[in-house]
Amino acid sequence: MTVATPNVVTRAQVEDFLYHEAALLDDWKLKEWEALLTEDATYYVPPNDQPEGDHRHTLFLVADDRERIRQRIIRVLDPNCHAESPRSRTRRMITNVRITGIEGDLVTVAANFVCYRYRRYERIRKYVGAYRYVLKYAGGCFRIKERRVLIDAHELGSLGSVSFIL
Amino acid sequence: MSARSYIIDDREKKTFLLDREVLVSEDILRREMAQIFGHCWIYVGHASELKKPGDFRSRKVAGRPVIFCRDQGGAFHCLFNTCRHRGAIVCTEREGNRRRFQCLYHGWTYGNDGRLVGVPGDDAYAEGFDKSSHGLRRPARFEDYRGFWFMCLDGRAPPLADYLAGAKDYIDLVLDQSPSGRMEIIAGVQEYDVAANWKLMVENSVDDYHLPSTHSTWLNFMANSGVKIEPPKEEGLVLPTKGFAVELGNGHFTTDNINFRGRPVAKWIALYGEAAKAEIDEIRSELVARLGPERARRVADTNRNLVIFPNLVINDGSSVTVRTFYPEGAGKMHVTAWALGPAEEGESARARRLDAFLTFYGPGGFATPDDVEALELVQQGLANWSDDRWSEMSRGMGKEGEQLNSDEHHLRIFWRRWNELMGAPT
Repeated sequence: MTVATPNVVTRAQVEDFLYHEAALLDDWKLKEWEALLTEDATYYVPPNDQPEGDHRHTLFLVADDRERIRQRIIRVLDPNCHAESPRSRTRRMITNVRITGIEGDLVTVAANFVCYRYRRYERIRKYVGAYRYVLKYAGGCFRIKERRVLIDAHELGSLGSVSFIL
Repeated sequence: MSARSYIIDDREKKTFLLDREVLVSEDILRREMAQIFGHCWIYVGHASELKKPGDFRSRKVAGRPVIFCRDQGGAFHCLFNTCRHRGAIVCTEREGNRRRFQCLYHGWTYGNDGRLVGVPGDDAYAEGFDKSSHGLRRPARFEDYRGFWFMCLDGRAPPLADYLAGAKDYIDLVLDQSPSGRMEIIAGVQEYDVAANWKLMVENSVDDYHLPSTHSTWLNFMANSGVKIEPPKEEGLVLPTKGFAVELGNGHFTTDNINFRGRPVAKWIALYGEAAKAEIDEIRSELVARLGPERARRVADTNRNLVIFPNLVINDGSSVTVRTFYPEGAGKMHVTAWALGPAEEGESARARRLDAFLTFYGPGGFATPDDVEALELVQQGLANWSDDRWSEMSRGMGKEGEQLNSDEHHLRIFWRRWNELMGAPT
């Protein structure tokens, strides 16, 4: 058996993975999405004014460890999560995908995104920003070890909340 | 428009009704800007945001662009961020450290104390042109209480300390978390809009009646995290523990609750993990040694959501948040929220405080987004206001004596004060 080495990872493979992930999130298949995570996965949305901040000394919008992600999924799928009931319709456009580093079995990836969010009676909300991933490559497939979402807007403002998984 | 009462406050029938026009009318908003925001003390910022001489933050306070800054001597200022020449915003940076602020339009330059120090080509002005009278304008009053800086546009207003009245005691309780009495604003600001009238955020910030229905997913999360949330034991309670609504004077009020949700300051819950126990014990011991057991219990085992009229909220709950909000039209507000922590807090305690914050508060928290949804649904429902005119706020009025956090006594305090300042006949 050969050990898969990340050196053979291509951008096309990473893109396929990110598009797959985006489809799961847009389709609210959050259990399937959760299966893409490593057991120590983290999910961060830094505050708009401190995009490079550290969640241990900076107030983030989201700073989830693996257990908190599990709880977040339980919450947003609950019909009593009023901010997402009825659920937002989202549509993500992902582009400018780049592999920015490979170290051992870890692949760091940057991508740009636009996520459109629609709710009934409401204005359209456009979340624009950059994704930064640390992917773990094992057994010929990727798992998400870290997922960081940088929002370009100077303040959340009319975007209101990040009540879905951005 | 002639002044009239917007509330029906019938103490005999024990009913309290609010005219929903006050939540939808642009005319009323214009009068609020003059009669409420033009006369009350309004929160500008916290001393800890400006650590050194020359530090500044530019922000909007009640819709007005201001520079909150310190001069070379370290004195605090609040300056209107408007060039005296032709009116442009002078400071376009969000934060930083500067000796001078220069308007990019014609280059008028101001010191960080607001004085006009440079006018390009000033020989073109007549002899009587006096630079010293062209410094940046500022609100009539600017004062602080223990590091919380407020401005007031009304020069005849009472001093801040008098205005705050009983709210001072509750600010003191928050500051007692810190061994040195110094709490600081933590980096990272949450700024978000809510498509609802600003006064709905006042109500929501202290309304404990809504917790079980609006925040059941948060209660489930707490239970999933090993935090035992027991149903209320006493009749009339809607929360697991008892809490009260307390009037503090001048339209200020607070909830004052026996804690069930954990406190980074010295009330361990399973959510924090076993490893946090020892450190929380240490924090607790420090509190007891410094404050005595009774005061330590007040600081650690009670949580309080404080409203300083009209628009400052300090929630000392799952963590401490300082939150202020301004109207941007009758049906929209802009919210700014910060986390507050002891200045000397160690790294692990700070991380726990921030994590605890995110379990409940903020645009990505497990509760605030549902509050936002509730307020936006209210605003949408109010489109029927002219045919469905009155909001019902009588909860607790039938009782003598103590008023619970889940009653609406404190909401009525707000609305009575608001109604009075809007010129209702008494």
